[in-house]
Amino acid sequence: MNFNLTEERQMLQDGLRRFLRDQYTPDLLAQIADSDTGTSTDVWNGLAEMGVIGALFNEDQGGFGGAGFDIAVVAEELGRVGATDPLIDTGILGGGLIAALGTDEQQSMLEDIIAGKHHVALAHAEPGSRYDLSRVSTAVTDGKLTGRKAVVVNGGAADTLIVSARTSGDVADQDGISLFLVAVNASGLTRRIYPLTGGGHAAEITLDDTPATPLGDAGQAYAALATAHARATCAISAEAVGLMDAIRVLTTDYLKTRKQFGQPIGKFQALQHRMADVLIEIEQARSAVINLAGHLEAEPATRDIHVAATKTLIGQVARLVAEEAIQMHGGIGMTQEYALAHLAKRLVMVDHRFGDTLYHMDRFIALAVA
Amino acid sequence: MDLNYTDDQIAFRNEVRNFLRDNLPPRLSDKVRDGKELTKQDHEEWHAILNSRGWLAGNWPKEHGGTGWDAVQRNIFEDEMTKANAPRIVPFGLAMLGPVLMAFGSDDQKGYWLPRILDGSDWWCQGYSEPGAGSDLASVRTSALRDGDDYIVNGQKTWTTLGQHANMIFCLVRTSKEGKRQEGISFLLVDMNSPGIEVRPIVLIDGGAEVNEVFLDNVRVPAANLVGEENKGWTYAKYLLTHERTNIAGVGFASAGLETLKRIARAELSGGQPLIKNPLFAARIGQVQIDLMAMATTNLRVVSAAAAGQAPGAESSMLKVKGTQVRQEINALTMQAIGPYAMPFVSEALEGDNDPVGPAYAQAPTGQYLNNRKLSIYGGSNEVQRSIIAKAILEL
Repeated sequence: MNFNLTEERQMLQDGLRRFLRDQYTPDLLAQIADSDTGTSTDVWNGLAEMGVIGALFNEDQGGFGGAGFDIAVVAEELGRVGATDPLIDTGILGGGLIAALGTDEQQSMLEDIIAGKHHVALAHAEPGSRYDLSRVSTAVTDGKLTGRKAVVVNGGAADTLIVSARTSGDVADQDGISLFLVAVNASGLTRRIYPLTGGGHAAEITLDDTPATPLGDAGQAYAALATAHARATCAISAEAVGLMDAIRVLTTDYLKTRKQFGQPIGKFQALQHRMADVLIEIEQARSAVINLAGHLEAEPATRDIHVAATKTLIGQVARLVAEEAIQMHGGIGMTQEYALAHLAKRLVMVDHRFGDTLYHMDRFIALAVA
Repeated sequence: MDLNYTDDQIAFRNEVRNFLRDNLPPRLSDKVRDGKELTKQDHEEWHAILNSRGWLAGNWPKEHGGTGWDAVQRNIFEDEMTKANAPRIVPFGLAMLGPVLMAFGSDDQKGYWLPRILDGSDWWCQGYSEPGAGSDLASVRTSALRDGDDYIVNGQKTWTTLGQHANMIFCLVRTSKEGKRQEGISFLLVDMNSPGIEVRPIVLIDGGAEVNEVFLDNVRVPAANLVGEENKGWTYAKYLLTHERTNIAGVGFASAGLETLKRIARAELSGGQPLIKNPLFAARIGQVQIDLMAMATTNLRVVSAAAAGQAPGAESSMLKVKGTQVRQEINALTMQAIGPYAMPFVSEALEGDNDPVGPAYAQAPTGQYLNNRKLSIYGGSNEVQRSIIAKAILEL
């Protein structure tokens, strides 16, 4: 048992923290918010140069990490500055699925992904599928795709999409789901690109007889999708802990400096005890991420218990931390301009990706309670 | 990062497991499992078994007859003990006084008292709280006035757990009214059989009488029983509290409680179906299980930092708050699970072999629920812990 980072991960964490702290100025955040893609090319190239994208892949895939704790370390640092860079989308989901299912030729894309030359998005969820991983109705006819994909994060910046479609079975069957590589400029593909509340962009995507290249064996994509989602859940949970830490620092500083009734408001026990509870829950969240990261390579039955437990707890603590921080800041916490706004919104939105507290509690009960 | 135990730690766990399998009397583990009250003889029997293996003093160094275990080993041991429904080691001499004597006692005191803790010659109780000094411990008023080679002690201690079994009590007493309140407190060892001591049981909300009032009326205590220096007792008391807070999270208790809760929820019916299939109830079990999974890791993080030599500071306050929340929620759910059979008052069944009302598993939950309201009150109330967190970690 050991809760210390390895030397390599410690160095990665230190370097990444310094890089992001220098890069993520309020100006940059504003610039990203106003951009068409919701990303910064400079930051992305910098991340690639530092090997941050490579840390998400193992050595066979051309990276130098790929384990749960590699993902967690990187994602937590991004969370700390409220970064919106699509590491989850291009790296973990996009690159991860190509690495898991791709032909040798398709795998050659990985080198470019790790070098920061590609942006990928996973177009899996559909209007009405909510968080159900196996509910897919996009149809395949003569190798061409027809259907709609919902809230495809990074769908604006991506040059390549991984699209799920049903090649056999009923609408919610795990068997019969296939994946395809689709270029964003393919015929019959339209994108409605829009900004997200938590930063970054997404797209609603319509496919109408759109040409596509199969990725992996027909009808057998579910297991790989589940693995990719488990890894993405680990990442977004660790990112949430980074956001929580940043919000805790901001709020604690505010409690020490803001004076009312002749003293810093942090001297009031009503606020001290609430902040103590926030801290306790953040430590719970940190432990939950360690649990998931440490079981990410376990067999799926064990892994999924931790996916469900961790994401449930993260969703709950995320809401607590964001709401308490806004409340304890008072009026200033309500303003768009103040740094808390972006961090709090991004944290609240964590519960809306890869399954929310309700979805994961339901899964946890099925897997570990009843 | 590695969540797995090392090979050595796994071997140690197996050794503990095998020992408990071969040496824990089923008569005792049955009582613990069913939430029945243990007698003084039960405790002494179990202590003697552990002592004969050299495993009674898990947090003592070898030179004093302890195990010399590190924090991870202690955690494994406590975990296995709880899983096996072993009686809890009575903490007053072993976990509380022992470390204080080792750190601050004279050689004579160490040489005399420590072996007597191990072999069961003395049963210690804790004389800290007073009617006017609960969470605000520094306001103790029980006085000790020097008279030749003795102190004359007058005052009242309260919430003295298992004081009815004890022949010795370690007390915080006021030896000076000068300066700050904390500076006039001393740490004194008092023979419970001294003239002038009276012990009165306090019947608690669950009907049990595990705590007592201890009255001290002109009790003569040899000055040789002063630990460390006069008026430095507050320092020793705080040192003791940090030891009291090891295993404060109670992960083992919570895990065992959760298993019992699930066992009952599978047996109880609601709408003709096992209660555990009720989605509302399952969600409450799921919630506390998820909280416990995270807390167990928080606990291990603190434990492994302690094993690496970092002193657990205010982190133990976080564990205390979370740990007690989890345990109290499990208690509440278990009581809810037994439905109407939560209502019969079954104090006698906890002690004797009366024919129980309702299922056997329904005997303990109500009493345990009531009794464990104490968890968030004792050892520094959860409000005191939050204030510690705010000051020590958040620096507010």
